[in-house]
Amino acid sequence: MTQKRKSDTKMVPVPSHSIVPERDVDKCPVLETRHLGIEFGGLKAVEDFNLTIGATEIAGLIGPNGAGKTTVFNLLTKVYQPTHGVVILDGKDTAGLNAAQASKLGIARTFQNIRLFGNMTVEDNVRIGLHNQIRYNMATGILRLPGYWKQEKAQHQKALELLSIFDMQDMADKQAGSLPYGAQRRLEIVRALATNPKLLLLDEPAAGMNPHETEELMENIIKIRDQFQIAIMLIEHDMNLVMGICEGICVLNYGRIIAKGTASEIQSNPTVIEAYLGKRKED
Amino acid sequence: MSRSKKNFINNLITYGIVIAAFLICQLALSGSIDGFKMSRSLKGQLIPICVYIVMAVSLNLTVGISGELSLGHAGFMSVGAFSGIIMSTWLASRFQMENEAVRLILSLITGGIFAGIAGVLIGIPVLRLRGDYLAIVTLAFGEIIRNVLNCLYFSIDEGRLYMNFNNPNLPGRIIYNGPAGATGVDKISTFVMGFALVLFTLFVVLNLINSRSGRAIMAIRDARVAAESVGINVTKYKMMAFVTSAVLGGMAGALYGLNISSVTAAKFKFDTSILVLVFVVLGGIGNIRGSIIAATLLTILPEMLRAFSDYRMLVYAVVLIAVMLATNSPFLASRLNAVKARFARKAKNGKEGNAA
Repeated sequence: MTQKRKSDTKMVPVPSHSIVPERDVDKCPVLETRHLGIEFGGLKAVEDFNLTIGATEIAGLIGPNGAGKTTVFNLLTKVYQPTHGVVILDGKDTAGLNAAQASKLGIARTFQNIRLFGNMTVEDNVRIGLHNQIRYNMATGILRLPGYWKQEKAQHQKALELLSIFDMQDMADKQAGSLPYGAQRRLEIVRALATNPKLLLLDEPAAGMNPHETEELMENIIKIRDQFQIAIMLIEHDMNLVMGICEGICVLNYGRIIAKGTASEIQSNPTVIEAYLGKRKED
Repeated sequence: MSRSKKNFINNLITYGIVIAAFLICQLALSGSIDGFKMSRSLKGQLIPICVYIVMAVSLNLTVGISGELSLGHAGFMSVGAFSGIIMSTWLASRFQMENEAVRLILSLITGGIFAGIAGVLIGIPVLRLRGDYLAIVTLAFGEIIRNVLNCLYFSIDEGRLYMNFNNPNLPGRIIYNGPAGATGVDKISTFVMGFALVLFTLFVVLNLINSRSGRAIMAIRDARVAAESVGINVTKYKMMAFVTSAVLGGMAGALYGLNISSVTAAKFKFDTSILVLVFVVLGGIGNIRGSIIAATLLTILPEMLRAFSDYRMLVYAVVLIAVMLATNSPFLASRLNAVKARFARKAKNGKEGNAA
């Protein structure tokens, strides 16, 4: 796929518009959006959203409340169908796909308000994430053919392996809804990772975490990127986290990108300060 | 205890209860023990009990596991009943099939297949809806099935099957006569086959729940957007649950239809759907074992209440309300948990004592 994309000169990101880190410049960007937008009735929730994310980049999406950050995630994961523009995932156009099909192309996400399968066990949550990775059909499952036992075992092992990223393998039999808040957030990340994504979207992963937990989360995000060699894009209000680990940051206000750049560029950008950081100082 | 072990033991208990109940019934039927005999009215209830257990368990797959409130389950039952009856009559007339067990099995399968086809046809439009809308539309489809069946006529002439719509002029012997229903049906259903169907249903439903497909179905129920986000095809798995439920409902219908000599489409009204839904709700939504117990007790109950004659349905309703209140009472729940905890402690102490 990468080879094919390289030859396609039109899709190579324009340097001045992209904030892709050096090491990813030669690789096919995992995500490319062009003039992406959505209107709800007359309201333009997101407008002219252009972004390129490199294959192993950690990108941040920040902005004041109601800026449209989660809407962007919903557009990228095809929960919403965009009314304008295109989303290209790993070189493939996602026009007309639904959320499940987009997931198969390699995009996974967590949710701002946790959406776990609360009545099921932690392990089952991860197993559901493995739905398209380790598979067998309905008949095999009902008739308990040899494939069932083999794949169930494979799912079990893979689930524990994934849970061990966050040292959660001991909780495998616990009910997901009964976990503490931080553990639920981590479980969501594990479930998303189980789908074997190329791009992982984290919607406020540090929300409700104390500084110590946030510190740990930052290390884990970098660890996940290094271990799985994937790109991660996160929405976050915790500026220490965003400035600490994001290589490229995109600032959204009223559904429009007002700035793109590295942490230091964003911090010194007057528009951003006015729209976002400036407001914080007034509090 | 690990999760899979727990599931396994849970399922084993469910199978165990069903098998034990069957053996006790067989013992009572044989009358080999003095004073332990089944009354005539209860004997007549055995096959309906099996039918309603299958209906309740299969509806629980839609309502409890898939989380879609379906109010048209009796529709699938009627499709299964009449296709089963027609199949059975056709087999007898065309092939002079003597072996009733084989005929019954083939009829059950036919009932299941036709109900499954109805399930697919209804599922395509219905599963696009959610919540209350889905309930209302399934209700409507249940009624549509009944009304269509009222206009159909089937006859059999020298092993050939004839069908007509809104016109009873058919050659040979009429086997299904529109609003008058099917008459002169060979009563070939047996309690043993009913028991086998219950086991088959349990096997399908329990194995489905504890598999990749079952987890996908429950994931959609718990958090639809999250399920989609991990790549689960929502339509496919909703359809899978709905159609499986319809097939099992159809098989139950065939067993039911071949148990009584004349059956009309009016038998499978909205009331029947609600009755089965009551079994499911009372037994606990998503609780398969509960559905079995509720279906059994509530099928026997009206017979037991014959002594109250005129007040029968009143007492039935009071019992229903009492059970609902009891199962939802926090006081009773806390007492029950205390008892459970005491037992657990005792068992633990006993184990430690043994080890020492």
